[in-house]
Amino acid sequence: MKQVFKRPQSLKDVPFHFCPGCHHGTIHRLVAEAIDHFDLRERTIGVAGVGCSVFVYEYFDIDVAEAPHGRAPAVATGLKRVLRDRIIFTYQGDGDLASIGMSEIVHTANRGENITVIFVNNTVYGMTGGQMAPTTLLGQQTTTSPYGRDFLQDGYPIRMAEMLATLEGTSFSARVAVNTSANLMKAKKAVRRAFEMQTNDLGFSFVELLSSCPTNWGLNPIRANERVEKELIPYFPLGIFKERKGTDYL
Amino acid sequence: MGKIIVNRERCKACALCTLACPKKLILFSQEANSQGFCPAELSSETECTGCALCAEVCPDVAIEVWR
Amino acid sequence: MEKRLFIKGNEALAQGAIKAGCRYYFGYPITPQNDIPEFLSKQLPKIEGCFIQAESEVASINMLLGASAAGARAMTSSSSPGISLMQEGISYLAGSELPAVIVNITRSGPGLGGISASQGDYFQATRGGGHGDYRTLVLAPHSVQEMHDLALLAFDLADKYRNPVVILGDAVLGQMQETMIDRAYRPMELAPKDWTLTGAAGREPRLIKSLYLKEGEMERHNWKLFEKYQRMKKEEVRYEASLEEDAQLVVVAFGTAARVSKTAVRLARSEGLRVGLFRPITLFPFPDRALLDLSQRVKRFLSIEMNTGQMVEDVKLSVARDAEVHFYGHPPGSPPIPEELLEAIQKVY
Repeated sequence: MKQVFKRPQSLKDVPFHFCPGCHHGTIHRLVAEAIDHFDLRERTIGVAGVGCSVFVYEYFDIDVAEAPHGRAPAVATGLKRVLRDRIIFTYQGDGDLASIGMSEIVHTANRGENITVIFVNNTVYGMTGGQMAPTTLLGQQTTTSPYGRDFLQDGYPIRMAEMLATLEGTSFSARVAVNTSANLMKAKKAVRRAFEMQTNDLGFSFVELLSSCPTNWGLNPIRANERVEKELIPYFPLGIFKERKGTDYL
Repeated sequence: MGKIIVNRERCKACALCTLACPKKLILFSQEANSQGFCPAELSSETECTGCALCAEVCPDVAIEVWR
Repeated sequence: MEKRLFIKGNEALAQGAIKAGCRYYFGYPITPQNDIPEFLSKQLPKIEGCFIQAESEVASINMLLGASAAGARAMTSSSSPGISLMQEGISYLAGSELPAVIVNITRSGPGLGGISASQGDYFQATRGGGHGDYRTLVLAPHSVQEMHDLALLAFDLADKYRNPVVILGDAVLGQMQETMIDRAYRPMELAPKDWTLTGAAGREPRLIKSLYLKEGEMERHNWKLFEKYQRMKKEEVRYEASLEEDAQLVVVAFGTAARVSKTAVRLARSEGLRVGLFRPITLFPFPDRALLDLSQRVKRFLSIEMNTGQMVEDVKLSVARDAEVHFYGHPPGSPPIPEELLEAIQKVY
């Protein structure tokens, strides 16, 4: 018998602190697998957002910079402009990227910075205890929308992958999920494609990964996983919204 | 055919692997680990095909697969 | 003979930055410092540098954080309200121990304020401005020459201490034109940067962060930063004192206020008043020791500032009970004139 599945090299052999059933762990692994697939570990620098994503440096065996809340795309811009041949990626949650960091992500995409953004969307602020986020669904109860999100008061949830795809600077924008084996395999492909775009200097690549947050949704891991299928995917459809080919630049 | 080894100390008994296993071969140990979780384990090595779907969905990278 | 240039303060500063090896600039338009990004947007591409007009001052300071983490000499500039936006980033730079040069061409405030010069950002610059227990080195030029020379110094000090350095100019210094000597850059001897993020090839991964959650870590880190600031206080104090040996009253002023005070002091001397001038060049570390020594002979100080009273607090702290400290403030609108300052001197002499 030979081993057909093991921990990727870029992922340190340490326990994840994430809650049981949280998809952060899975997503970390997909990113590490993509880094290993292209043998990028020694020339990759990660930029951690603030939230449950802040501990990226504990788990990836690479250089990491910590950015202020929402600012990872700007920090990544500074890094990439100096280190043009290194691979730079950010790892951010929905509060970090779509709320306080909205300006930075839109302009970084608009400038077509040659970096990769891994966006973990679980429709809440996880680390701080489950407050409403820009991606919280209508009717969803959170600690700051106790009566359920109401569009008259809070607007509609925001669809980042589609929005960024409208910018000329964006070369790759996709939304995936890891709640089923089939979705996970597509997610793996998308993450790999995003990093590949960067290795080929093809511009800004963005992957939105729908994730569960069992603790703050008040659901057990199985139910939380189901919610991704039943409630998130209908509003946040999976797919590739933009994929530039190399020939587009000629 | 195939087998999986679950790292007992890393498993948080989230049970996502049980959803993924096409043959429903995963059950939970009677013995808790040091964190208090009863880790997943393979019920039958003869039936396991080593498809690795359980390992793919495991959020804790707690499963190694052999075929 | 060294070349002389007839040049604007903002440009002199930008030229100094390039001379010091700065190749990365991230900034946002705001009056009265736009000459700096405009000049660098032209020059940096010519020397394989990188200029980004960022989407905001918030983005600017964070791009600076990234470039600094990668080991580059990088800079941003702004004016008062924009510097307010940068405070979080400056706190992160200090906490992460990253070198950075931040230029504040002060305008008037608070709020949107106006575009005329003021010294209302003294507290912001010297008292942290952002959250947490940190300090930034603060250099205060008072001439176009110093806008250039202190830029050279700022990059060296930033690297020496792995700390942000603020150059506190103002609208007058930024916009005025005068001659300066195109001095050569004589770099400090500095340790190699063995902490930069470049990709963990053949070495252990490195981390740039300011988060310390484990038991005892935060305390140790704060004391480590404290030791750094103590070292700055010992080694980096700079000031200029003139006509103070026989003075009965010493004016304490920085920046543009010091320039005008120089004329006022000369006028006072011509009237027989024994007045001197003490001009701090580093606002942090503040030359408190030098002022205390001076206060053993001189028993009256007059802090002249273009605000309603900020540096005067540091003057008072420095001389404690050993001398009287008075204050004359000329808040923003237009710069003070020598006759006005002479009157203030005469009043307290």
